[in-house]
Amino acid sequence: MSKTLYDKLWDNHVVHVEPDGTALLYIDRHLVHEVTSPQAFEGLKLAGRKPWRVSSIVSTPDHNTPTDHWDEGIKDPISRQQVETLDANIREVGALAYFPFKDQRMGILHVVGPENGATLPGMTVVCGDSHTSTHGAFACLAHGIGTSEVEHVLATQCLLQKKSKTMLVAVEGRLGKGVTGKDVALAIIGTIGTAGGTGYAIEFGGSAIRGLSMEGRMTLCNMAIEGGARMGFVAVDDKTIEYLRGRPFSPKGEVWDNAVAYWRTLQSDTGAQFDRVVTLKAEDIRPQVTWGTSPEMVVAIDANVPDPAKQSDPVKREGMERALQYMGLNPNTPMNQISIDKVFIGSCTNSRIEDLREAASVLKGRHIAPSVKLALAVPGSGLVKRQAEAEGLDKVFLAAGFEWREPGCSMCLAMNADRLEPGERCASTSNRNFEGRQGPGGRTHLLSPAMAAAAAIAGRFAMSCVTSSQH
Amino acid sequence: MDKFTRLEGLVAPLDRNNVDTDAIIPKQFLKSIKRSGFGPNAFDEWRYMDIGEPGQDATHRPKNPNFVLNQSRYQGSEVLLTRANFGCGSSREHAPWALLDFGFKAIVAESFADIFFNNCYKNGIVPIVLPATEIEALFKQVEATPGYKLVVDLQAQAVIRPDGYGIQFQIDAFRKECLINGWDDIGLTLRHAEKIREFEEKRRINQPWLFS
Repeated sequence: MSKTLYDKLWDNHVVHVEPDGTALLYIDRHLVHEVTSPQAFEGLKLAGRKPWRVSSIVSTPDHNTPTDHWDEGIKDPISRQQVETLDANIREVGALAYFPFKDQRMGILHVVGPENGATLPGMTVVCGDSHTSTHGAFACLAHGIGTSEVEHVLATQCLLQKKSKTMLVAVEGRLGKGVTGKDVALAIIGTIGTAGGTGYAIEFGGSAIRGLSMEGRMTLCNMAIEGGARMGFVAVDDKTIEYLRGRPFSPKGEVWDNAVAYWRTLQSDTGAQFDRVVTLKAEDIRPQVTWGTSPEMVVAIDANVPDPAKQSDPVKREGMERALQYMGLNPNTPMNQISIDKVFIGSCTNSRIEDLREAASVLKGRHIAPSVKLALAVPGSGLVKRQAEAEGLDKVFLAAGFEWREPGCSMCLAMNADRLEPGERCASTSNRNFEGRQGPGGRTHLLSPAMAAAAAIAGRFAMSCVTSSQH
Repeated sequence: MDKFTRLEGLVAPLDRNNVDTDAIIPKQFLKSIKRSGFGPNAFDEWRYMDIGEPGQDATHRPKNPNFVLNQSRYQGSEVLLTRANFGCGSSREHAPWALLDFGFKAIVAESFADIFFNNCYKNGIVPIVLPATEIEALFKQVEATPGYKLVVDLQAQAVIRPDGYGIQFQIDAFRKECLINGWDDIGLTLRHAEKIREFEEKRRINQPWLFS
């Protein structure tokens, strides 16, 4: 019988099945950061249990760490305690790899895993972080878990799971110039809604997805969760394999050849049936900007802020009105007339080398608008930062008036000092525009790195004039 | 984990779609390394007029009189009634920890986000999905009736209104059994330790690249 990629990944990890279909799935890779793990390590210790397989663990602190003045350490004592707790826990139990604060390879876990070859096709990858879906770009069964499940994985190397329904999101055709993985992700969420993927595992397919780089696919899978799906993935192709060749934890020699042979089977069979199929035409996708407080509240850059009066569902209408009030926007305002206060280029969605290249190509020879109070460029990892500096991108950002920071999650969720003040409006390459996400009272608009750069220059949302294209 | 069999609890209505985990417990409180003490900061930005910081005594903070959970008639509520896609956003288990610490033991909604839904079970909170029409009717009844209580009968898989009308809900048999018995998932899984070990050994031979 024809199998979907999800069926293949699932079947390869089932250890045991309960009578009601609840399965015990084996976990290959466990990513651990400082925010969602302390209670799990404590629970393990209190129960007198030992971690099952520490060589599955890859860890780094990322949420709380500052992005400047590293010489001064972590000033916030509560943040520091959380990072030091991770240091102590990993020191005690061990890990395949730990990149502590200030390490050259430290960074956002979802950037660090793939770039070190610690994320390999066919793996189950979990982390106490909803953006673990990112790793699905490598045909992994990858999703976020809660802290109780972090403890469960530490103790048993397994998770209790019910099989999800399957959805194929096919994007066919060629993306226009300046249309990136981020725009595709936002356009999909705008189509299916923020709960459209709830209960589903999404496979992204179609010629436009195959045309995306691995970075673009990571951006897309990263945002599967904003469409309600815990996991989203893309089949293995030559790009997947070439990306992984020679990475520190990628297999070598004969083992590599055997691995590649298996990885090439990681695609849905012809004729495989999905519970739902959604098709988008690549040519229809314009650069996207969110206007509200949910990622589904999104329009193309050349559109207007929607009018709640045209919404017939009263609960939805009220939600739109509340969002517009919070965002300080009037219905029917053209998006390109909305001015911004801050710009954030970074996060596990858009902080990889390709993202920085795209932004820099827009910024080159230009300067941010005088009305922009702060523009931050935060690379996803130490390795991304060094690569960008080797290419001279840091100089482009600095000359344009951006601050060039150290890696970390930064203003995506503002657990460190990088945040919005109440009422400030931000063009952000991150993944969530929820109320207060980037700081209490802050107003977030999600967009691509190129669009964020264009907004920084114009001081308002604007069409980017991208000089390089991903094709 | 406490056992859950039957609950008769005061209902608080939160009439919104897409209540996200950043709203349930804002990020600054995630810096705690404990599992408890999040209740005073549940819905912090909606509940208080000032900006909350971790470690602060919440008793004297200015409360937002317009936020529903601040109304006196909903004090002591144990059942939260809400709309679609409750708990969307991050995987933070601090969200169910905060709701539990606040006093909620059951959440009745049109739908839940997957990770939050799962996290509820791990903490003995029962997330109950009901059809939109039933939810709409419950909202009307709650608003019209001070002291409105619902019975959640887990064994019977039913929510029972004060007028005696019962609404059936679905729950996986395995999850139901875990809640009713207050079982620890890890203990249950470790009963299969030998099977896990065998699976792992085969894997190590067949896919050695996963173990380097």
